[in-house]
Amino acid sequence: MLKEAEIRTFIEGATNYFETSAQQSATVGSPYLVTDGNPGAYEYTGIIGISGSRKGVVYFTAPRGMLTVLLMRMQETDTSDENIKDLVGEVANTISGNARRDFGKNFVISVPVIVAHEVDKVTAPHSRSYVIPINWRTHSAKLVVCLE
Amino acid sequence: MDDGGKPTLKLMIVDDSNIIRRRIERSQQIARLEVVGAASNGREAVELFRRTQPDVVTMDLTMPEMDGVECVQQLVSINSNVLILVVSALADKATAVDAIEKGANGFLCKPFTDRQLNDALEELLSGS
Repeated sequence: MLKEAEIRTFIEGATNYFETSAQQSATVGSPYLVTDGNPGAYEYTGIIGISGSRKGVVYFTAPRGMLTVLLMRMQETDTSDENIKDLVGEVANTISGNARRDFGKNFVISVPVIVAHEVDKVTAPHSRSYVIPINWRTHSAKLVVCLE
Repeated sequence: MDDGGKPTLKLMIVDDSNIIRRRIERSQQIARLEVVGAASNGREAVELFRRTQPDVVTMDLTMPEMDGVECVQQLVSINSNVLILVVSALADKATAVDAIEKGANGFLCKPFTDRQLNDALEELLSGS
């Protein structure tokens, strides 16, 4: 179960990522709780396993269009599938790693696991997940936080 | 030598993300730094370090095969004069302190702007 302040940590991590990396703000919709174990996914998902003081996953999922523009905003000219997958993992890794500022060193994060083009393979380990909708330019993405 | 008369320093970039490796190479504007190689994990970094003998290293922490903290220790044991800037998303103070204690010389938190990267590298080099 996540506390309100803990959800705020992930919201700040997501907005800070876009503000700093893309130099363009993202807006965040109202976080909502999903209880059926299926928070949903877009075409590319970067999944971070969480262990230590908390257990579960944090994942960032986005469509190719958003990730392509984000790469371009970062002055990256190679928008190949490999780099798109790399980026979605890096976003997930950065937001999860930044959360240690509040969760502490025992919030242990894994290297990213990437799921691309297989939306059905993205599932949460527990029935309850918080979904943070992210809007950037004309694109929508989600940050999903599923922690015991 | 660069225009300022200071010796050119060799830079190695270590990060498991290709786009971050490319971004650091592209964004660093320090005239006296010359990129001599990039590695995607700690094990690869140690091999490349022995081969290219860089003066400066940017080091990610969360990587497969060998993590950044262990890699910092190994690089420092090979050359205690190497300057290491940790570039990591792990934002807690304990991690930064741990990396510094193991031999790193600076810490830059991801995400970063080009200016933040260059400021951190300038600060790292200011003592060299």
